[in-house]
Amino acid sequence: MKALLVPAGGAAGFIALWWLAVLLRLADPVLLPSPLETFNDTAKSFTQGPLLHDLWRTVTRTVLSFLVACAIGVPLGLLLGAKENVYRAVEFVVDFFRSTPASALFPLFLILFGVGEGTKIAVAAFGAALVILFNAAYGVMNARRTRLLAARVMGASPLRVVFDVMLWEAMPQILVGMRSGVSLALVIVVVAEMFIGSTDGLGQRVIVAQSLFESGLMYGVIFVAGALGYLLNLTFLLLEKRFIHWAGK
Amino acid sequence: MSAISPREAALSVRGLRKAFGGVPVYDGFSLDVKRGDILAIFGPNGCGKSTLINMAAGLLPADGGEILFDGRIVDEVRIGYVFQNYREALFPWRRAAENIRYPLRRMGLKRAEIERRLEALAADFRVRFDLNAYPYSLSGGQQQLVSIMRALAVEPEVLFLDEPFSALDYETTLSLRTLLQQVLKARKTTTILVSHDLEESIVLADRILMLTRRPTLVADDIAVDLAWPREAATLSAPDFIAIKARCLDVFTRAVAGA
Repeated sequence: MKALLVPAGGAAGFIALWWLAVLLRLADPVLLPSPLETFNDTAKSFTQGPLLHDLWRTVTRTVLSFLVACAIGVPLGLLLGAKENVYRAVEFVVDFFRSTPASALFPLFLILFGVGEGTKIAVAAFGAALVILFNAAYGVMNARRTRLLAARVMGASPLRVVFDVMLWEAMPQILVGMRSGVSLALVIVVVAEMFIGSTDGLGQRVIVAQSLFESGLMYGVIFVAGALGYLLNLTFLLLEKRFIHWAGK
Repeated sequence: MSAISPREAALSVRGLRKAFGGVPVYDGFSLDVKRGDILAIFGPNGCGKSTLINMAAGLLPADGGEILFDGRIVDEVRIGYVFQNYREALFPWRRAAENIRYPLRRMGLKRAEIERRLEALAADFRVRFDLNAYPYSLSGGQQQLVSIMRALAVEPEVLFLDEPFSALDYETTLSLRTLLQQVLKARKTTTILVSHDLEESIVLADRILMLTRRPTLVADDIAVDLAWPREAATLSAPDFIAIKARCLDVFTRAVAGA
């Protein structure tokens, strides 16, 4: 209970400060609406407006690009990690594109995939796949040598060693990669929704609210996007804790 | 040591060569291990004790020479290997029993046979802890016991033990090695033990191979004719003390003779 109360207190403090700033008129009310107004505008958009649909669209795009990223990143990462000299050869390219802001790739992906759903998902999947690949490869490369030898001595074929040992050894690191990957996918999807021919999604809703001076709604959508990112992160943390029960033991 | 006829040998090493970075560790090394014997290998640090069993177990390629198990190469025989570091040798994502079943599944045995072997091992080693636990929730001694059971489950033609007790406390070591000698002798498992503990080597072995510094040669080959089972009293028996004195003498000369 106490574990919940303390963070709740922090959040309440944040809202109190916000309210105080509104009461003291520290900013123009058009730019800084009160928490209550923000809540009401957001709730109204959820029940009567497009916000629920927007949230659903953003979640679908993020999950879809995450799944594509996993389907590419995990097997490729395992393969490259198992062949360390091959990974060393492509490491620079992976690192380079991992460090490249995905938003800089929008124009390129627009040419490749056109203006539509495909582009948003492709860019987000590309960014997330590199993070997942990188983590999976390192997970395999850091696999305990003794365990690989133990499996070999017990008659496991090279392919068996990959699935029975390397995959499991890399699992904690793969989940770390997935957690970073899903967060990155959300970031890219929201930006893509703002700028790549969108009519829906949280990114689109933020930018429309801003241009229409609906600042209550704008703040609300930002918080919804924040809550989504937080929940995705939390889900993977819980998955790690539950599924990777042997980590660090 | 009386000569071992080829028919009696479970393991034969001939003209083994191995160098690390140009420095020879083995340069024409030969060895025969009699079937059912427990051979302890003892020597100074860096003389390549572990290197020898790793080459024999097929974990490390040799530069030359041959290692044959009754005429066959290592890929054609069932072997068992117990690593020094049980924490890194067991699969922590599998329960202890699943770790022991793993090599049996790789052999393609039927489920009933797998369970029979598992139960037999648990009975032989008088296992009282829960084999359905994950390895990390067991004590160090229990984990190493699971490793030993896993290695013995395949009924290996040769069992390799690489300093199996060095990470355990003395009390655990005493009880584990008492159990181990009973099981190995009952099953007549040919065993090669690498140890840096002289007392342990003598207590467990039928024969001790004393090695020199690199390039490694046999400094002495000592038969340990103590009666089985060997118990706490064995450690203070005159025969035991005599063998230990001889080993120490050889060891001191082998180290000094570098």
